Amino acid sequence: MIGALEIGDDCLVLSQRLAEWVTRAPTLEEDIALANLSLDLLGQARSLLSRAGDEDELAYLRDPAGFRNCLLVEQPNGDFAHTVVRHLLYATFLHALYADHPEDDVAAKGVKELAYHRDYARLWSVRLGRGTEESRRRMTAALESLWPYTGELFDDHPALRAPWAAYVHGVLDDSGLSAPEGGPQRRGGRRGEHEAHLTELLDELQALHREHAGATW
Amino acid sequence: MSNRGVAEIRAVAAAVPDPELPVVTLGDLGILRDVRRTGDGGIEVVITPTYSGCPAMDAIRDDLRRALPGVSVVTVLSPPWTTDWITEEGRRKLREHGISPPGPTGGPVALTLAPACPRCGSLRTRLVSRYGSTACQAHFACRDCLEPFDHVKEI
Repeated sequence: MIGALEIGDDCLVLSQRLAEWVTRAPTLEEDIALANLSLDLLGQARSLLSRAGDEDELAYLRDPAGFRNCLLVEQPNGDFAHTVVRHLLYATFLHALYADHPEDDVAAKGVKELAYHRDYARLWSVRLGRGTEESRRRMTAALESLWPYTGELFDDHPALRAPWAAYVHGVLDDSGLSAPEGGPQRRGGRRGEHEAHLTELLDELQALHREHAGATW
Repeated sequence: MSNRGVAEIRAVAAAVPDPELPVVTLGDLGILRDVRRTGDGGIEVVITPTYSGCPAMDAIRDDLRRALPGVSVVTVLSPPWTTDWITEEGRRKLREHGISPPGPTGGPVALTLAPACPRCGSLRTRLVSRYGSTACQAHFACRDCLEPFDHVKEI
């Protein structure tokens, strides 16, 4: 089953992160691309959170401890390589989860969108991994920084680890990159134990609603 | 409303233009899924979004209610919209207005390697970005007439 709150929060938080790139992406095309990825995830978040309760109350009125998103999606954007790696790691997971649930209407629709997300991250991983010394250095740093957050993805979905790993390692091979060795894993997001990054993200996401309750466009 | 036939109401709903691609209608795009009479004698218009986050959905609901006062508008996600539902008429209108229509879908990420330039017909076109001015379009440019154009991407 797709956890409405867990995956809905993943989509909402990652959507907000990607939206932070708008007006400051490396090129106009990537600005538009990242905004489109954000929009897909926002749509999926709205459908999933509406299953768990009132979407606006869930998005605007919960404190960080009430959020059930994994720690990976709340990680700050960093540089473009960091965002690409985060998206490769998460979109590959979400694509596999959606593909596993064709009976779920959000998943059946979302899987087609996530196929584009995964491919976007794949193409940029190859380009940056095989680009310059600098882009390769940044990809390597992003992998080292984000890899410890991947274990949490599979706590609720152990069967997805193998297909996820096959795809991600395939992309890393094509990119001339490799996954970091083992190391300690960080988890807690699914229990509401978040890093300070989520508080900062929610401060921005919720500020307007908290100051002007019921405000609409 | 109740004395108008379902077929007549369907025709009105199908003729409502898409707010983001106004050269085509809701009927042309295949996002109008059903028009039906409900148990209490009301009329329900069923639509589906092109993409989960399609920001035009609110405008589409408003436009439908304006065109057909009194109807209720229901949104469904299943079965998921596919570009294969865009009608021949819709494809012709897109092409005429400089937007390259989608090819047939297939495979996890359907790729039309060379959509024809909607202006000069050349197949020597290049992908500029998978993402264009709306969620459902990619951005291409023609190598012959040099014109940039949008392509409705296969999904």
